[in-house]
Amino acid sequence: MYSYTLKRTLGAIPTLLALVVISFLLMHAAPGGPFTFEKQLPQQVIDNLNAKYGLDQPLYVQMARYVWGIVAHFDFGPSFVYKDRTVNEIIAQGFPVTLQYGGWAFLFAVVFGVGLGVAAAVRQNSLIDYFAVGLSIVASVLPNFVLAPILVLIFTVGLHWLPGGGWEGGDWKHQVMPIIAMSTAYMASITRMMRSSMLEVLNSNHIRTARAKGLPTWKVILRHALKPSLIPVLSYLGPVFVAMITGSVVIDMYFSTAGIGKFFVDAALNRDYAVMMGVTLLAGGLTILFNLIVDLLYAWVDPKVRY
Amino acid sequence: MTKQLLLTTILGMALATQVATHAWADQKNGEELADNQAFSLTMIDSIKSFDPQLISSVEDADLARSIFEGLMDTDADGNLVPAGALGYTVSDDKLVYTFKLNPASKWSDGTPVTAQDYVFGWQRLVDPALASEYAYYMELAQVKNAAKVTSGELPPDQLGVRAVDDLTLEVTLDNPIPYFPKMVVNTSMFPAPRQAIEKFGADWTKIENIVTNGPYRLTQVVDGEKYVVEKDPNYWNAKDVVMSPVTYLVVNDDDAGLQRYLAGEIDRVPIPSGKYPDLAAQYPAEAHSYPSACTYTYIINLADGKGNEALKDVRVRKALSLAVDRNVITDKLLKSGQQPAYSWTPPTINGYTMPTIDYASMTQDARNEEAKKLLAEAGYGPDKPLAVTLNYNTSEGHKQIAVAIQQMWKQTLGVELTPNNYEWKVHTDKMIAGDFEMARYAWCADYNEASTFLDLWTSYSTNNDGKYNNPDYDKLMKDAKTMADPSANYTAAEQLLATDMPIIPIYHYVSSRMLKADIRGFSDHDPMNNWYAKDLYRVKQ
Repeated sequence: MYSYTLKRTLGAIPTLLALVVISFLLMHAAPGGPFTFEKQLPQQVIDNLNAKYGLDQPLYVQMARYVWGIVAHFDFGPSFVYKDRTVNEIIAQGFPVTLQYGGWAFLFAVVFGVGLGVAAAVRQNSLIDYFAVGLSIVASVLPNFVLAPILVLIFTVGLHWLPGGGWEGGDWKHQVMPIIAMSTAYMASITRMMRSSMLEVLNSNHIRTARAKGLPTWKVILRHALKPSLIPVLSYLGPVFVAMITGSVVIDMYFSTAGIGKFFVDAALNRDYAVMMGVTLLAGGLTILFNLIVDLLYAWVDPKVRY
Repeated sequence: MTKQLLLTTILGMALATQVATHAWADQKNGEELADNQAFSLTMIDSIKSFDPQLISSVEDADLARSIFEGLMDTDADGNLVPAGALGYTVSDDKLVYTFKLNPASKWSDGTPVTAQDYVFGWQRLVDPALASEYAYYMELAQVKNAAKVTSGELPPDQLGVRAVDDLTLEVTLDNPIPYFPKMVVNTSMFPAPRQAIEKFGADWTKIENIVTNGPYRLTQVVDGEKYVVEKDPNYWNAKDVVMSPVTYLVVNDDDAGLQRYLAGEIDRVPIPSGKYPDLAAQYPAEAHSYPSACTYTYIINLADGKGNEALKDVRVRKALSLAVDRNVITDKLLKSGQQPAYSWTPPTINGYTMPTIDYASMTQDARNEEAKKLLAEAGYGPDKPLAVTLNYNTSEGHKQIAVAIQQMWKQTLGVELTPNNYEWKVHTDKMIAGDFEMARYAWCADYNEASTFLDLWTSYSTNNDGKYNNPDYDKLMKDAKTMADPSANYTAAEQLLATDMPIIPIYHYVSSRMLKADIRGFSDHDPMNNWYAKDLYRVKQ
């Protein structure tokens, strides 16, 4: 297992390099640049800006400098838009925020999703099944940009229970609505996935054997059915976890949570090259990491898998 | 000005003494002040920079005006009032301005603000090493050698600004523009604290390092969420500063801002588009809409070999402009008190007289008739239909207007308009490259004077993307730079725009906001919408 992990970790290096090269080329191929404004700058001013940020160099030089900056100093460069901040500072400030609300949202989605899915499968066609399926349908047709304003209308404007936005260092009251808005749709998917996978497992031979041994239902489910039915859900959870902890542009914009999610869209629209590269690498690196973790977890849920 | 200032100082000191001894309720302009003088408002995005010389966005400037101070401020009417300077004198040839600095003005570290700090700030602005996006502003202000310093031909110390002594700043201009003093209100012309900048380099704007000279100090920075400033006791006029702390909350979504306003979390928010009439009916004391010095327009590509050949015919351009029913757009789509635009320069700009634009006073029916006639004269009609395209940057609002105009042109003139939306940067890139027939555009004043608008359509302007080229227009604008009163030239230039119609002005913007009814101090008629937190206060209700 250790050599497998090492191999995968080393394999991540060319993947990340490829990510840098492709993102870099795509980014520069997009029309306009960081200093293309409606109020057009005189050429001299643009030249000065390009010289300051090294954009006057050929693309391969820029790319090499960028990679060298990361390797040698772990420096992801300056933001071209937020002039007082570097990409490192932007990520250091925004990522802990999304990690927190995204992490909770993930936990929420997994616990409720798996729980509801299992309950629905075990009591198929019962009231709880209809409730779970109904809830997951409602949740999946309510995108977070619709859910967020509804939540604010109810809990902030109507009931005055929760603040309508802000982060306040992660105060729980400020986290409730972002977590609900973020987790609901994911929870719905997990519920449906878990339900169908559990139904399939419950009809398999080894469950029949377990039941035949006279084990109580809860033991059959926890010991014999849960693990195998988690396999399809697990492969879904790796990328979902990354998507959640890197935040959401909708949540960050609607709730002013100051997370990194907003930058995935903003940096692209602003052509803030270094920030765009920074968040792309962050998401890319995390995806590689969590795919590895998921693969290692397979060995735990599925005894047939050995590394 | 100096006399007046002295008087207010004495009065203020008297008042302060009384407050200290009697502790009776404070009053301002005859109204009793509330105990709570905290104030919160929204900004659409995080601060991009606190560095006055690097600021390029309106909101950054709003905050910067509370923590920094330049030579002059503006009052509610947009008139200049003394701030970092007590006043100025100008030489007979109008080329040399001498500002007398306020000796009481201090940096937040206690050191006095000197003329050298202004010189340092202004030189920084044009220094290619700083590469400020606003470097061109110094050139707009006609400060001697500004362009040459920006291009690196001359060192920054050759800029036409010098410290005669610690409290005397002398500025030399290339051209005697009469509106120069108005231009020093811009944050890029603020002084810079050399002591902090030399010590901390680019990190000088970090909250632990920053040194400021304004009425407030920066006390909390949470990028993406909020910025808090509090009254600075060191400020020379601290006794008149009432509102504190002031919290600038980053709220990207206007609807979210409105909900939080309604929940009582925020004191001032922008009104989401289209919601003004309902809010004004429901909250008449809180919904405000003020004219703002910005114009929304479609520019027409007149460059040789580019754009649509049909649009090179002035009759076609006029027909299209006449057939736009601007009142439908302002009253049915925008609904926030925007004014239909028949001229490029907003009528609210100081010292600008609008020419008599013939079609402005016509009824829409008469305009439509005239438009049909012009288009037929140009040779277009049912046999030879005209087809044009319009580029706009992706936004629901721009789309609605484009679709409305598409309908108007189709119905009145049989013209086929194809609107194409592009992402912001692509739209701008296409405009700069001249790759468009018509393009949506907007411009907001840099300073309260008509040249900030009219200079745009000179043949030598970098922003003239439609490549309108009329030597008479160029001459009017060039001459205006050296005239004591250029307003007649501005009126004539605007008249030329109405005659040649290189652009189709559509409407003049408003700034519409919800503001809690107990807040005072925001001007309702300054088209620049400049405001100073130090002028705000909350009254008891």
